[in-house]
Amino acid sequence: MKQTRNSIENIWGERTPHIRGEWPSRIDEYYLEKPDKWVQSACLLCSNGCGIDIGVKDGRIVGVRGREVDRVNHGRLGPKGLHGWMANNSEDRLTTPLVRQNGELRPTTWDAAMNLIVNKTKDIIEKYTSNAIGIYNSGQLFLEEYYTLAVIARAGLRTPHVDGNTRLCTSTSSWALKLSFGTDGQPASYTDIDITDAMFLVGHNMASTQTVLWSRVLDRLHSANKPKLVVVDPRATYTSEYAHVHLMPKVGTNVAVLNGILNYVITKGQIDTEFISRCTIGFNELERAVAKWKPDLVEKVTGIPQNDFIEAAEIIANAPTLISTALQGVFQSMQATAAAVQINNVQLIRGMIGKPGCGVFQMNGQPTAQNTRECGANGEMPAFRNWHNKEHMKELAAIWNVEPDVIPQWQPSTHIMQQFRYAEQGSLKMMWISATNPAVSLPELSRIRKILQKEDFFVVVNDAFMTETTALADVVLPAALWGEKTGCYTNADRTVHISHKAVDPPGEARSDFDIWIDYANRMGFHDKDGLPLIKWKTPEEAFEAWKICSKGRPCDYSGLSYQKLTGGSGIQWPCNEQYPEGKAQLYTDGVFNTDFSFCEGYTCDLETGAEMPPFEYKALNPAGKAILLPCDYQPPHEEPDEKYPLWLTTGRVVYHFHTRTKTGRAEALQKAAPDMYIQISETDAKDLNIADGEIIKVESRSGSVEGPARIGGIAPGLIFIPFHYGYWDGEERFRAANELTKTSWDPVSKQPHYKHAAVRIEKVDSGAKKTLSDTKDEVVDVMKGMFENVKQKLKI
Amino acid sequence: MQVANYLGLVRRAEEELAEAFERVGKQHAIEIDVLHMCKLFRSWSLDHAENLKLLIDKYGEEKDDEPKDLSSAVIETRMGALGLLRNLQGLLLMASEVETCYIILNQAAQALRDKELELSCRQFGTKTHRQKSWLLTKIKHAASQTLVVAES
Repeated sequence: MKQTRNSIENIWGERTPHIRGEWPSRIDEYYLEKPDKWVQSACLLCSNGCGIDIGVKDGRIVGVRGREVDRVNHGRLGPKGLHGWMANNSEDRLTTPLVRQNGELRPTTWDAAMNLIVNKTKDIIEKYTSNAIGIYNSGQLFLEEYYTLAVIARAGLRTPHVDGNTRLCTSTSSWALKLSFGTDGQPASYTDIDITDAMFLVGHNMASTQTVLWSRVLDRLHSANKPKLVVVDPRATYTSEYAHVHLMPKVGTNVAVLNGILNYVITKGQIDTEFISRCTIGFNELERAVAKWKPDLVEKVTGIPQNDFIEAAEIIANAPTLISTALQGVFQSMQATAAAVQINNVQLIRGMIGKPGCGVFQMNGQPTAQNTRECGANGEMPAFRNWHNKEHMKELAAIWNVEPDVIPQWQPSTHIMQQFRYAEQGSLKMMWISATNPAVSLPELSRIRKILQKEDFFVVVNDAFMTETTALADVVLPAALWGEKTGCYTNADRTVHISHKAVDPPGEARSDFDIWIDYANRMGFHDKDGLPLIKWKTPEEAFEAWKICSKGRPCDYSGLSYQKLTGGSGIQWPCNEQYPEGKAQLYTDGVFNTDFSFCEGYTCDLETGAEMPPFEYKALNPAGKAILLPCDYQPPHEEPDEKYPLWLTTGRVVYHFHTRTKTGRAEALQKAAPDMYIQISETDAKDLNIADGEIIKVESRSGSVEGPARIGGIAPGLIFIPFHYGYWDGEERFRAANELTKTSWDPVSKQPHYKHAAVRIEKVDSGAKKTLSDTKDEVVDVMKGMFENVKQKLKI
Repeated sequence: MQVANYLGLVRRAEEELAEAFERVGKQHAIEIDVLHMCKLFRSWSLDHAENLKLLIDKYGEEKDDEPKDLSSAVIETRMGALGLLRNLQGLLLMASEVETCYIILNQAAQALRDKELELSCRQFGTKTHRQKSWLLTKIKHAASQTLVVAES
């Protein structure tokens, strides 16, 4: 056993300060047995994408170490990276396909399972068309898998219903980038953090969500020339501890805060007028829209004291260089896209895009979210093409050798909440879910469980483990995990990594890549010459096909290859003839991707989500200028009232990822954060006579949960529950935060509102404790059966 | 001078539109995006109807019941996917009626050199256009599923 540091106790490790230069390296390493060999990969447990080597002994993963040569982490790893690999070796991995027979999932052969899926698909298409089939995938698969899936879904099945679980985490990021700059793609680079003078973190608890990136920031904060840090978060967090100014706005008021900042910067004259006139459109409208947001109005709406607000605004207005970031506190809140776009506007009016030490990170949540968005597995068209642009669709059709009208292009792809609604209504008859767990991660879980259970809804799930979702599926396909397959993925600063296969998957488990190619072959999907639609058999061949598809687009991979990505650091896109070693920053010439013929979308109304028709955008044509889109503040749809007097906000803890399918199986991580908790302010705890650790009940209009109270670190009137915890590991009391959240989403990005629901708290009467077991619900019987299986396997 | 005629027509049309947004929103409350937008758009139309009073003070108002007839003709109690589509289309027709009134009044405002009337027509007309844009977007997104797969 070797452990270079205890990442559970000291999450970020020792400081390595530096003065505006190269971030020093520090190699973090943890293995149980000395590996026979190390295999190059990248971490898959947050959007940072740290370079990692997988240690292998006797065909099993035994540990990991950070890759010193990698530009993203310089050898460092966080607690999830150092421990999460243990899930691969977990004894309860799925090893054979399962098919539901007489109400129970039973083992079967790949042939039988795939034939069932193919027959069902063909039958549904014949009766109802492919409009009756939905695809819901992930932010954790590999580029080659996403691209293959996108081609199958769009040119094989030809369905308009494709989405990824990136809808829940970074759909707003993609939309904000698209609306301001013309296409998706993060403008800045992590190396900008090494030299910036100020950082503005909005709804982004970086210390918990991207621990290694936070180490990078901490090293700056411990240096002599530390940057100023402004944090906007309604909770006190590890991140806010380091803030020069911590603004704690009322839930749902981000747009009011940001309009206030914009107004302050404009009225103080701290704008870059040359940049604004050369590189943007819409400044006059923006100036008018924010004019009323003076510090006193900001205080009135957001609750932020004027002095604090002015102190923060001064930093943002005067910093010689500035980086802004946003994450779920923006993306999962009221007016998500509108707020994210205002952050872009702050950077634009200060002229701080495309310059060293400047830029914006509309942060990604998941490790491969960027690739779902690039490849089109989230329903966008591949390589940031515009579904509304007939020329773009012709290009795609030519690349795939199909007729253009094969590709659904009469509407944008259907987002997951709408897909579930169609299923509820009965017009979606089949859904293929991969590497995601909607029965814990979507809002209003009781409804989601009911829909997944519907008799006329055929659900296929690819996963490595039994989850709350697989328990309700009709077919479960055992999937290979990271380390058991080869492919590439791209992090939040456009760094592309290769992850080589280190070990074989267990039993009969297969990669999603192999599963979908098998499906395409069995379905007989073909191009217009009658040749197979999917012309590749290996991930490397798929990568070569993706290079052709992405060439000439902003996410240009044409200069990359498996060989080039192997042996050294990850490389940023665009990587092509012009930038053979990748490009650190986008938009360095002040020219954006907004031209009518090039952009990814024709913009929309920030308040309503209404699409601008192509002819209107053509008349407006920004032709390479960034678009300053204003939006006024709107109060949340649901506010606390007499019956439900508190706000609930949901979020993450540092030790877990998503629904814990992996991190819950890594002993050290699970031990560090074994259960959910209900964070409540001292004031509210006192009013309700609640003691720290006492089991309390939280109820909303959607459902209820019970858990231990954790007192302090949060504003009065607000409670916080981490969303990771469901039921797969045998917990029978209701505890998933999404039992409480509402079905509601942002009008533009369609990202659900996880950050605000009205709730009330009760002390628990032990006799009245409500558990899954005593709930009269057929879903629960299935879940109970699953728990028993899991318990037997885990010998609990 | 028939400005009073059109002021009466548009005020009544805005009130009917506000009521129609409310009805459709409630009928299809399970479609959460429809509910939220109908609430928002209702508030816009009510706001316009209220603000038109200033112009009515100046030009007078001729009562007009035609918008009520239009509303009765195009907004019915209809459920399900097809019902939603038909109701959204009804709202689009009603919003078009309102937008056309502002276009007509704006022509008169320019001839009268009445900046106040002109500004109101432009502002309210723009918002009506945004209501229409959303309706059309939602209709387009719902159309293929409703006509091709949904049962009713």
